[in-house]
Amino acid sequence: MDFLTLLQVLDSTVRLATPLLLACLAGLFSERAGIFDIGLEGKMLMAAFFSAAVASLTGSVWLGLLAGIAGSMVLSGIHGLASITFRGNQLISGVAINFLAAGLTVLIAQDWFSQGGRTPSLMGGGRFNAITLPFADTLSGVPILGPIYAELISGHSILVYVAFACVPLTWWILFRTRFGLRLRAVGEAPEAVDTAGVSVVGLRYAAVAICGLLCGIAGAYLATGLQAGFVKDMTAGRGYIALAALIFAKWRPWHALSACLLFGLLQAVALRYQNIDLGGVIIPVQVMDALPYILTVVILAGFVGKAIPPRAGGEPYVKER
Amino acid sequence: MDKMPAWADAVLVPLISLILAALLSALVIVAIGESPIEALKLMVEGALMRSTGWGYTLYYATNFIFTGLAVSVAFHAGLFNIGGEGQATLGGLGVALVCLYLPWPHWSLALIGASLGAAVFGALWALIPAYFQAKRGSHIVITTIMFNFIAAALLNYVLVNLLKPVGTMDPASALFPPATHLPTFQEMFSSPESPLFRGAPANISFFLALIACVVVWLLIWRTRLGYEIRALGHSESAARYAGISPVRIIIVTMLISGALSGLMAVNTTMGESERLLMNATEGAGFIGIAVALMGRNHPLGVLLAAILFGFLYQGGAELALWTNIPRELIVVIQALVILFTGALDNMVRIPLEKLFLAMRRGNT
Repeated sequence: MDFLTLLQVLDSTVRLATPLLLACLAGLFSERAGIFDIGLEGKMLMAAFFSAAVASLTGSVWLGLLAGIAGSMVLSGIHGLASITFRGNQLISGVAINFLAAGLTVLIAQDWFSQGGRTPSLMGGGRFNAITLPFADTLSGVPILGPIYAELISGHSILVYVAFACVPLTWWILFRTRFGLRLRAVGEAPEAVDTAGVSVVGLRYAAVAICGLLCGIAGAYLATGLQAGFVKDMTAGRGYIALAALIFAKWRPWHALSACLLFGLLQAVALRYQNIDLGGVIIPVQVMDALPYILTVVILAGFVGKAIPPRAGGEPYVKER
Repeated sequence: MDKMPAWADAVLVPLISLILAALLSALVIVAIGESPIEALKLMVEGALMRSTGWGYTLYYATNFIFTGLAVSVAFHAGLFNIGGEGQATLGGLGVALVCLYLPWPHWSLALIGASLGAAVFGALWALIPAYFQAKRGSHIVITTIMFNFIAAALLNYVLVNLLKPVGTMDPASALFPPATHLPTFQEMFSSPESPLFRGAPANISFFLALIACVVVWLLIWRTRLGYEIRALGHSESAARYAGISPVRIIIVTMLISGALSGLMAVNTTMGESERLLMNATEGAGFIGIAVALMGRNHPLGVLLAAILFGFLYQGGAELALWTNIPRELIVVIQALVILFTGALDNMVRIPLEKLFLAMRRGNT
C-alpha cells in the first residue's frame, strides 16, 4: 500500500467516523446522566430524513440542519417522557423510537416526494460542501506533511470539524463545569443530587436534549455531508456501532474519539477492499463488518479491562416520600 | 395492596394502550392524505375475508408466536432478549444444514430433525450473551444487539462462501430436497371441490407454534423451573436467598428463549422458501418484542397478539398494493404498540389506578 492510498483510506476513515463520533458523544451525555439510549439509530435516521427533505425543499442546507435537529429532538422528547416522566423501561422506549423513525421516515418521504421512500438528490446549496483550509494548496508540495494537511486535515465539510471540536468540548462540559459534575452525579447517585436540592428530572431532560441535538447533527451529516440525500434505512446500524464505541470507550470523551476512529477505519477498509490478504490468510469482508460488534462483546465481557456503566443507568428515579 | 382488580391489569391497561396506538396510527394515515376507515376496510378485506388472506396472516403469525414466546420467556426472568433476530438467523442455518445434508425419508421426520437443528442453533447463539450476563455481568441487551449484527455477517459469509451453489449469483443455499417439503394449509385442508388457502404460505409449523404456546405455559406456571424463572424475575435477592442459582436460571432461560426464536426458521426457511435466504427473518425477531409486551408475557396473549400482527402484516401488504401507503406503516404501528404497551405503560396505568382507588373509596 503506497502513501497516497493510505491517506485516502484515512481520509475516508475521518468521514465515516464523524457520524459515529457525534452519535457516540450524544449517547455519552445521555448515559452519563443515567438514561440508557439504544435509540441513537432512530434519532439519526429521523434527522437524516428531515435535514435532506428540508434542504431539498428550501435549497438551504442550514435550514435542513435545523430541521434535522428538530426531528431528532422530538424523538428525544418522547424518550424523556417515557423514561423520565413516566418512569418506563428505557430500553423498550429506545427500541420503539428506532422503529418509529424507520417507519415514519419512509412514510413521510413517500408522501412528500413519491420516490419510493427517498428524497431527491441534493445539489449545490443543499449540501455541506468541503472546506479547503488556508494554505492547503500551497503546502501540498511539502513532502509527507503537505499531503497529510491537504488531503487528510483539509477538505472536509464543516460538520466534520464540529464533530471533532465536540470531543474537547464534551470533556470540558462534563469534567470542568458545575453542570457536568451534576450531570455525572445524576447518573451515579441521583438521590444525592436530589438531596442537594438540584432537580433530577431537569438534569436528565437536559442530558436527553443534548443527546437529541448531537444525534441531529450526526443524521444531518449523513444525509447532507457524507451522502447527497436520504435513502431508506441509511443509518445502516451506525447508531448501534456508536453505542458499541461508547462502551468500548467506557463512557469517556477522548476514548470515544479513538473508538470511533477505529470503527471508522474498519468501515473504510471494508468499503475499499473486499477481502484482505494478509500473507496467505484471507480475511473476508464480513469479518470487518462484524468486528466492531465482536470487539464490543469482548470488552463488555471484561476480557480486556472491564466496562462499568454509570451506576444509576437504566433506573428511573423515584423520590422517597 | 392491589390498586386495581386483576382483570383491569390484564385486559384494560393493554386495551387502552392499544386503542391509543391505533388512534395515533389513524392520525398518521390521515396526515398522509388517506382515509383510515378505507385503509382498515382494505386490510380486513385482504387479510381476513378470504382463506388465502388467512393463509398469509397465520403464516406471519407463526413467526411472531415463536419470537413473542422467546421474548416473554426471557422477560419472566427479568431479561430483555433483543437478539431474537440473530437467534432466528442462526436457527435458519440449523434448518438448512439439517435439510441439505441429512437424507430424510419423510417430511414428518425431517420436521423433527429441522426443529431440533433450529432450536439447537438458536439456543447456542443465545448461550454466549447469556453466559456473559450470568458470569461477567455484561448487559444482555447490548450483547444480544451485537450478536444480531454478528449473526447477519456470519450468515452472509456462510451463504456467499460456503452454501451458495456453484454458478449462481443469488446469495442463497440450494433448494432443499423434495422429501423435506412441509404440507401447506392448501394441501391439508383443500379438496378439489372447495379449494382453500390457495397459494398461501401457511404450513404445518403453525401447529408447532400452538404446541409451543402450551409447552411454554406449562413450563412457566406448572414446573419447578418456571417457578424459579419467575422468582428470579421478581427479585434476584429473594431468589438467591431461596437457594436458586441466578447463573443457572439466566443461562437456562436464555437457552429456551434462543431455541424458541430459532424455531421460527422452521416456518420461514423450511415451510416457505425451502432454501436458506439472506434476510429470511424480515424483522420478525423484533416484532416478538411488541407481541410479548402486548400479550403481557402470557402464551394466550402472545397467540392473540401474534395473530393481530399477522393481520397487520398481511393487511399492510394489501395496502401497499392498492394505495399510496407503503408497508412501513406497519413499522410505525409496531413502534406505537411497543411505545404505549411497553415504555409508556405508566401513562395509562397511573390514572387508571387513581380512578379505581377513587371508585373503591366511593363504595365503602
